[in-house]
Amino acid sequence: MKNIHKSPWLLHYDGSSCNGCDIEVLACTTPVYDVERFGVVNTGNPMHADIFLITGGINSQNEDVVKQIYEQMPGPKVVVAVGTCACTGGIFKECYNIKGGVDTVIPVDIYVPGCAARPESIIDGVVKAVALFQEKHDKKKRKERAAKS
Amino acid sequence: MPKRSIVPFGPQHPVLPEPIHLDLVLEDELVIEAIPSIGYVHRGLESLVAKKDFNEMVYVTERICGICSFMHGMGYCSAVEQIMNVQIPRRAEFLRTIWAEMSRIHSHLLWLGLLADAFGFEALFMQSWRLREKILDMFEIATGGRVIFSVNKIGGVLKDMPAEMLSNFVAVLDGMEKELRETTQTFLDDYTVKSRLVGVGILTEEDAIRRGAVGPMMRASGIEVDMRKTGYAAYDEIDFQVITSKECDSFARCKVRIAELFQSIEIIRQAVSKIPDTEISVPVKGFPNGEAYVRLEQPRGEAFYYVRANGSKFVDRMRVRTPTFANIPALMQVLQGCQFGDVPLLILTIDPCISCTER
Ligand code: SF4
Repeated sequence: MKNIHKSPWLLHYDGSSCNGCDIEVLACTTPVYDVERFGVVNTGNPMHADIFLITGGINSQNEDVVKQIYEQMPGPKVVVAVGTCACTGGIFKECYNIKGGVDTVIPVDIYVPGCAARPESIIDGVVKAVALFQEKHDKKKRKERAAKS
Repeated sequence: MPKRSIVPFGPQHPVLPEPIHLDLVLEDELVIEAIPSIGYVHRGLESLVAKKDFNEMVYVTERICGICSFMHGMGYCSAVEQIMNVQIPRRAEFLRTIWAEMSRIHSHLLWLGLLADAFGFEALFMQSWRLREKILDMFEIATGGRVIFSVNKIGGVLKDMPAEMLSNFVAVLDGMEKELRETTQTFLDDYTVKSRLVGVGILTEEDAIRRGAVGPMMRASGIEVDMRKTGYAAYDEIDFQVITSKECDSFARCKVRIAELFQSIEIIRQAVSKIPDTEISVPVKGFPNGEAYVRLEQPRGEAFYYVRANGSKFVDRMRVRTPTFANIPALMQVLQGCQFGDVPLLILTIDPCISCTER
């Protein structure tokens, strides 16, 4: 069973993005860019997801939603912040309702910059996330084995 | 005695690309009332006028929504130009028209794809989005950006499209038109598609007016409204008919948008053949002082811009009324009495854009 790799599932949530990054994430799942060739599948259910793609910054209304989705996801999990908004708050950073980037509420593993983030860079982020997910998974397995013996 | 229950819908939902929350009051399978609660995407963008000067605000308005990004920038720029009494060069107006129509094609294709996805026709979703990529490629060639390309400025546009590029684009569109006919034929003829759309979500002419719907939603209820007919930008020189349908259901909305795809291609052809050879921008001096409003036809309907300036670097107030906001009351009407299973589809038929509604 050693050679078997995980096929992580992907969940996309729109924080308070302007849709620009959002539609680019969706464009990544269509034939021209097709992230599914890396073994990821887009899902709508947090309980099924391993990689959490989030676009847009955090505001007071969606803060709890983001936290809740993160908690519902089974471990190990990887969080990818797509777009400048999700990384830092971006152009909306000074708005009264924006708290900042996604890392103000949940830990972020991979940052994909760009306004709007280009599909190429989103794919790059997803590929990195897949590798990191595998790493986290292996680590967890090793720990479990160590605990057993 | 039917059983009443309240089902929360959203904000995170597989068919919704954007967060909106509805409380659906059900009587068995029938929805008897829908109560929307919004605010998940609210950023407080209009308040940025106090922190960014009137030129920087162009970039902010372009990020009201990433789908009609270009037209938002255009609305704000034309409002400020009106205040400052700037007459932008004719070529810039034509370029704006061409980009606006290209945005409309990309937005409608995006919508068709999402609609197909909502009734589970994945191949059709992929086809629509594949065609949409061609438009995005053209944006990229012309401006360097795919979805947000910031070519508007107060006093004109930042980039020109040379004649050769324009004729290439028309050639691409000609080729695309054939493929579009094939793809959209499936929407119009397919038995499965029809069974989901025909007769679902009726919005009568009366209700459409009473609820103040806009755009394709209004036109699909048989009412001829189209802001492009007011002749802003270069639309006064372009000959086109407003597309309407009398059927008032979801299928009619789909039909109207499909017809508009071809109409937009035709408008681009006309604009390219008539575009004059002038400058693309004029220098603008000083600060705006006064107020103005602008009405534009976006892919989703009429958008309304209001800007008030006080003669300083920062404008006093900028207010946008976006088409989705105007269509939400109509959506609530349509949802009343529908099947619970049709709710995601009906939400999609208004072509919701939450990020511009909440800003
Ligand atoms: S990074 Fe830019 S394109 Fe992406 S959501 Fe933010 S404003 Fe929109």
